[in-house]
This record gives sequence, structure tokens and C-alpha cells, in this order.
Amino acid sequence: MSAVMLGMPGAPPTSPRGVGHLRGEESFPAAARHSLADTQLRANLGHATRTIRGKRAAVVAELPDWEELREAGRQLKVHTMAHLPAYLVQLEEAVTARGGVVHWARDAAEANAIVVDLVRGTGSDEVVKVKSMATQEIALNEALEAAGIAAFETDLAELIVQLGHDKPSHILVPAIHRNRAEIREIFLREMGDVDPALSDDPAALANAARLHLRRKFLSARVAVSGANFAVAETGTLSVVESEGNGRMCLTLPQTLITVMGIEKVVPRYRDLEVFLQLLPRSSTGERMNPYTSLWTGVTPGDGPQEFHLVLLDNGRSAVLSDAEGRDALNCIRCSACLNVCPVYERAGGHAYGSVYPGPIGAILSPQLTGVEDNASLPYASSLCGACYDVCPVKINIPDILVHLRAEHTEAQAAGRRVPTAEAAAMQAAAVVMRSPRRWRLALRGGRLGRLLGRRRGVIGEVPLPVLKQWTDARDLTRPPTSTFRDWWAREHGDGQPSDEGERP
Amino acid sequence: MSARDDVLARIADAHRLAPSPDLPYDAVERAYRGAEVPGPDAGALVDLLVDRLLDYKALVRRTTPDGLAGTVAEALRERGATSLVVPEGVDPAWLASSDVRVVADPGPAGPLTVDALDTADGVLTGCALAVAATGTLVLDGTAGQGRRAVTLVPDYHLCVVRADQVVADVPQAVAGLEPTRPTTMISGPSATSDIELNRVEGVHGPRTLEVVLVEDAGPDRG
Amino acid sequence: MRIGLFVTCLADGLYPDVGRATVRVLERLGHTVEFPEAQSCCGQMHVNTGYQKQAVPLVERYADVFAGYDAVVAPSGSCVGSVRHQHAMLARRFGTPALQAQVDAVAAKTYELSELLVDVLGVTDVGAYFPHTVTYHPTCHSLRLLRVGDKPTRLLRAVEGLELVELTDADQCCGFGGTFALKNADTSTAMLADKMRHVLDTGAEVCSAGDSSCLMHIGGGLSRIRAGARTLHLAQILASTREEAA
Repeated sequence: MSAVMLGMPGAPPTSPRGVGHLRGEESFPAAARHSLADTQLRANLGHATRTIRGKRAAVVAELPDWEELREAGRQLKVHTMAHLPAYLVQLEEAVTARGGVVHWARDAAEANAIVVDLVRGTGSDEVVKVKSMATQEIALNEALEAAGIAAFETDLAELIVQLGHDKPSHILVPAIHRNRAEIREIFLREMGDVDPALSDDPAALANAARLHLRRKFLSARVAVSGANFAVAETGTLSVVESEGNGRMCLTLPQTLITVMGIEKVVPRYRDLEVFLQLLPRSSTGERMNPYTSLWTGVTPGDGPQEFHLVLLDNGRSAVLSDAEGRDALNCIRCSACLNVCPVYERAGGHAYGSVYPGPIGAILSPQLTGVEDNASLPYASSLCGACYDVCPVKINIPDILVHLRAEHTEAQAAGRRVPTAEAAAMQAAAVVMRSPRRWRLALRGGRLGRLLGRRRGVIGEVPLPVLKQWTDARDLTRPPTSTFRDWWAREHGDGQPSDEGERP
Repeated sequence: MSARDDVLARIADAHRLAPSPDLPYDAVERAYRGAEVPGPDAGALVDLLVDRLLDYKALVRRTTPDGLAGTVAEALRERGATSLVVPEGVDPAWLASSDVRVVADPGPAGPLTVDALDTADGVLTGCALAVAATGTLVLDGTAGQGRRAVTLVPDYHLCVVRADQVVADVPQAVAGLEPTRPTTMISGPSATSDIELNRVEGVHGPRTLEVVLVEDAGPDRG
Repeated sequence: MRIGLFVTCLADGLYPDVGRATVRVLERLGHTVEFPEAQSCCGQMHVNTGYQKQAVPLVERYADVFAGYDAVVAPSGSCVGSVRHQHAMLARRFGTPALQAQVDAVAAKTYELSELLVDVLGVTDVGAYFPHTVTYHPTCHSLRLLRVGDKPTRLLRAVEGLELVELTDADQCCGFGGTFALKNADTSTAMLADKMRHVLDTGAEVCSAGDSSCLMHIGGGLSRIRAGARTLHLAQILASTREEAA
């Protein structure tokens, strides 16, 4: 787009390179090759996603107005994004009026620096953390560690990931790739204070986590959280969780620091009636998650007496500048799209490189970083559409994937004098297909492929680059002796294919 | 330029580059069942709440105003609780038949330490309201509910719910709450789905949630 | 009713039997089908690979070629999905208001075969005979873009001699996904393996679907492992009779 010539503003910057966890080291196909070969991972993911799909379907079916809730959720998000500056300022005023302090961060490095300074200001050298995608995105734990501050993850799955020196692979359940036996091994190896007789019964493992973190909770002075929702009207923040680790962090320490993406704001308190129905049913497949905490600034005598809210951009405003892709910001991080995605189920979350895996990650990460930094992600989908069906705010993920593919090919075309082989082939195909005469000749030419499959009537492995990708695992149909249009001309026409409708 | 001004300017740039269709707040379609939709009658609501509480592994006892003290005593006895945190504002009559040691939490004036909360056998509170469709208790820190820590640290939470506090669904609950109060929505005991996405109860929050439902008419079912 | 056949590029070049079967079913039911030879491709391949602008002439061609028909039928849920959803998107982004209107009008009367039969022509028993066990893969775009629901299986259940066996996890993608099958060949193959396993678990002789592309993928996999089950397009089963078996 020639924005400069039109006197339009420049596009906002994407998330800078070098800090945070939005970019992988390998392309999706290369990374997926490792995980596809990991039979344990495949079994764990298959079991877990199948379980949660069933639970979600059951509780969604209980609500006769599910589609109406989804539509309201979608419209509320669309409205909010269109009025984002006003709502952010309103949120800031409301939080400030209730004794909180609001900070703004352009990107990951700035947000990390703010949090490090705030923690240092308390004199504490450790923090307890509630699971938060935003702090994963900006690599806050690493930044804290570099500043000599220990960060303790308290969500069970985050704890498993942290103790296992591992990476999260799911938005809701970052350790979804681990099964009970592996979790037991990690606890025995890393916890230090665990009973060697610990079984792999999930209840026993949950209890081990309780014992391990109990002292930490009761003595912590600083907590860091994310937020599921922030109400502009009232300044109310919300964390939706299950274990009570969130409540521990949000309630017991003296200081609470919440890092929140700017897209998490909702206009009014009333809007929670929509999102608190959509989120738990989509996420854990529960009618309501065990604990939802709502707090507004500081309440004397109840909970942290110092509250800081860090509002994070880190590429979000860049996403907002793309009308075709910006709905990705409407995501409420339920992870329903991961759980139904056949690609996610097989390739696993790590293959996406970014902290945002699955279908939503495939549209969000490339937009936060600029599509060329995550160029393989928009193609990491068969466009089956299962994600769109379950999205509680109706993000049309397949359409955005297709849009980002176009952005990628256009960025590639702009950056080179000679088109890629794919671009050349697509251009050639388009030229042929828009002319009936050329198309008819091409179809005839395709019959030359018959030479390839003379023995079995199908074409087996072919060592040509593109064909090889196909014929590694599947036979290719041997082209027929006659095309459909040849048959039609013989049976219904005058025997002569017509060039009627030809365009130059 | 400050980060604040910069972020706001970036968003304004984004909006100028890609204008959004105008969708005013009041035009947002709310065709779902809202707070104004009448739910089932009171008896059915309580039944639904009980069903949903049990489904998420809370313990439930049903009683009448006259039977309340006895039911609370019975619950505490069966639990084996000998010391009980009781926040300011809980009706002393609820404990008239119990012989537990009451550990009073007077609130901001002189709150119990975290360790005192941790060593008590449980906590007794009321609630602001309860949501039938989701099996949710809502506490907002007003009289008889305590500050948030008192219902978090003890391992056993006994909560008294009056039938007239039960609302149908989430919209009625949200409409009935004062936003700026510290509010906790509780649906069953603490739980996790983090191991193979199977739900197991009992992690950091109270591992046992027991609800005493008080109905004027008295339970007419076994 | 003037019915135009959009045979799709894949059926035209690689699976002409599917096009012929579509014509046979409709003619057997007493309808006249026309095949405008100026047609080529819906453009989905271009759009889904990231070449939207290149697809615009194909969209224009489709709208031109099929403007005069009362109904357009295609033996492909995916191509009809593209006509109904992607054409409007491309016209909006790259075309004139006139093209947008034209595209909308043609899209509104473009039907996948089972939709045309059940919804437009009001038929579920097309008088077919196919004495075999069949399992049906509903294909993602028929299922989720077009919402054809149980129309294909209602048609199959009415076929004389046919025993329909339910496919486990039928709504799961087979892993084709156009260029996905090439760009993410490993993941695509993993998805295909599960689909083939479910197909073979049914014990059916035939796996059917409403899309030649998915069948090319599933059939190619079954053929590679010499599975002993074959694939047939829905149209081919519906066209099958005692006299002329599929």
C-alpha cells in the first residue's frame, strides 16, 4: 500500500526481534517433523485433546443461546477494538482512581524493564506468578532472572514446564505434551522435597504441587499476573483459573503486578456476563471454572495494597492496522481452536515456535512479528475450519490464514526480481486457466502423465521435487485417456470443443 | 514521547490505516438470555444449583432456617473440624449448636495472620449470591463473607446459602454485583485439568467445599 | 430449469468419471445439464496458496460463464465453498461493484451436488443401485463451509443394495488441504494415516466423499498400502445402476 503517497500514517511497528517468545528457530514443517516422530507426544496429545473436545461439546450443548453468546462476544470485541484508545484511557483513569498505578509498554523489553524496576522497588528478590500468556510472550521470567529475581510459576502445568526446563506447548495447559508418568519423573527429579513414594495418580501429583508451593504462597511479597479481562468502565481486572494458585497470588502478597495486552480491555462490567459464559465452556469444558477473581485497584484491608497494571503493545497496534487480520486480537485465549485442530493434535505446540500455538497462534504470531518472521505458520493448516466453528468470539481463522498467505507471497514478490518457482507456477496456471483454449490444451497435455503410471494404473514414487512431496506417501492417479470436456464434446456436443467465450 | 502517548498514537494510526465499521456499544446484538429473562421458579433453581454443585464435587446439605444451626454443627462434626475461622458479620446463631473453637477474623482492624488461617481447620461464611446454572458461589467481601484470604487459605470452606440468594445464570449474577468490591466466584473445590486434561479436585485453594442451603419451605425431597 | 455443470478443474482433467456421473444422475432424473466449455477453475488453489490477485480473472470467468443458469452444480464441496465464500472476498478486495453484484448472484445459485439434489430438486432416492458396503467421509468444506449436514448420507441410504457404515471421527480432516499436502507433507500424512485407519476399521469396500481432491488423497494413501478398499465419489455411487455399475 502506498501509504506515504496518500499522506497516510505509517503502519505501527511489529514486535521487535531479539526479545520474547514469538519466533521459533525452525520453520513449522521442520519442527513438526521432530514432534510427529515422538510417539509419546502423539499419544499424550491425542488423548488430551480428545478428552477436552468431548467435555467442551457437552457443556456447550447445554446452552440454547450459545450462538447468540458467540455473536455478542464477537460484536463486543469488534466494538472495543474500534474504540481502543478511549477504553484504555478510561481503564487507566478508573484503575488510578482506585489506588492502582498504570504503566504503558511499547514492547517486550520495555514491559520487562518496568516489571524488574517495580520488583526491585519492593526489595524482594523473588516473585510468584500466575499463568499468563503475556508474560510468556515477553519472556519476563528470563528478564527477571537476569536481574537476579527468581520467578516461581505456580500454575500446575507451568510448574511442570518450569521444573522440566521445558517450553509451553498449549495456551491453557502448557504441559499438555506430558503425561502423568513423565510429570511424576519431573517432580521426583526437580522438586527436592517430594516423597519418593509419589505415585502418578493425578490427585497425588496435584497434592505434591500443593505441598511444594504452600510455603512460597504464604510468604510471597510480590506476585505477577496476567489478566483475562479488564473493565474500562470500572477499572476491574479479572483472572479466571482453577487451582487457587491465582487467588493465592492475587490475594496474599503485598504487591501485585499485572501485565496485560492492550486488547484485553472490555467496555463495561456487564460485558462479563457474555465472556464468563464463553470462556470456561470453551476452555476447560466446564460450566464455570473453579475460581474467578475480580479486583478493582486496591481495597484497604483485603489483598495487595500496591497494584500495578502494565499495558503492553508489542505489535498489537500493528495487528490492528490490518483490517483483514485484526480479528486475531479478539482472542480470549480459551484454546478451543487448539483442541479441535488436527494439525495441532499431531504436530504439537512446540512446532509453532511462538508461545501462541495452534490455529490462533498461526494467525496471531505472524501478525505480531510481521509475517516474514513467521512465514511458515499461515501454511500450517489444512483450512479444515474446525477452529472457526468452536471459536467463542467467531474469529474466522481460515480466512485470516489465507489472507496472511497472500501477505507472505506479496512480501516475497516485492523483495525479489525473479519470482519464486511457486509464484511462477501459480502465475502460469492462472494464465492458462483464464483462457479456455489454453486450458483445454493443458488438460490434454496432462495426459502425458500417463506415461508415468503405466504399470499399476497409478503413479507411485516420483523423484521430482513437488511430486515427491505427494508421492512419498500416496499414489497419484494416472491421468485418464480422455478429459471430461473431450467426453462432453463427443457425447453432447458436435464432437468439436468450442472456443466460445474465449478472451484474449 | 511517553510510552503511553506513543501506544495511543500507534493505535490511532492503525485506525486511520484501516478504519473500522461503526458499531456503537448500544448496537451490540445481545440476543442471548440476559439478566431480564426470568429463570425457573425458586424451587427449581435450588434443585439446579444442588445438581451443579454436586457435579463439581462440592458437598451439599439442605435445611430450613430452624435447622441451620444443627446442620452446621453436623457438618463440622463430620468434618472433624475443631477450630473455625469466622469473619466479621457471620450470624452467631449459625454456630449456636457447634462446639468448635471460633477464630474470629475482625477484618482490616486486626486481621488474622496467614499462618493463623493456615492452621485453622476451616472457615464459615455466607455469600453474596449463588448461580444455579453453573453451580457458582459468589463472595464480595461484605459482612459475613470476609476478606479474600479467609476463604482461600483454610482447607475447608463451609458456605451458607439462602434460597433467595440463588440466581438463574451468569447474567443475573453479574447484574447483582457491585463491580468495585473484591469479588470471588467459586465453583466447587479447587481443581486442575493440567494432567492429561482430566479434572481432579484439590490443589491450592480449599480442597473441600461444603454448602448449606437454607430453604424456608424445608426440603420436600429426600 | 437450466442447470449448468461446473465440473471443476480436477474432475475435468483427472476424474472425468465424476463429471460424467454427475451428468448421468441429473439426466436420469429428467433434467438437462449444460456444460459451458469456457469454464476452467474456481481459483481456490491460487487463493489458498497466497495468490489472490491471480485468482481474480478466474472469478470473473466463473461469474461470466455461469451468469445465465438457474442453478449451477459442482461435484465438489470445496469448489462450491470457494465460489460462495472466496469469490465475494476477492470481488470486494479487487473488483468493481458490478463484479461484486455478479459474483453474489452466481454464488447464490451455485450448489454442491447433494444440495442440488436434496434442497433444490427435492430428491433423496435417485434410483441408484450399488450393492456394496460404503463409508462416507463428509469432507471439511461440505461440512463446515456449506453445512450440507446429512444430505449426502440421506442420498446414500436411499441407494438400493448399499450398506452405509459409520466412519469414526468422520468430521476430522483427512489432511489434504491443497498445498498443505505438499508444504506440510509430514503432518498431512499423519492425518491421512488416521483417516485411513478409521476407513479400514469400518471394513467397508468403498470410502466415498463429495470431493475428488480429498478422495485423491485418501485413495492415493489406500492404494499405496494396497489396502483393498477403494474410493468413489458420491456422484459415481448415485449414478450407478444395475445396467451400468460404478
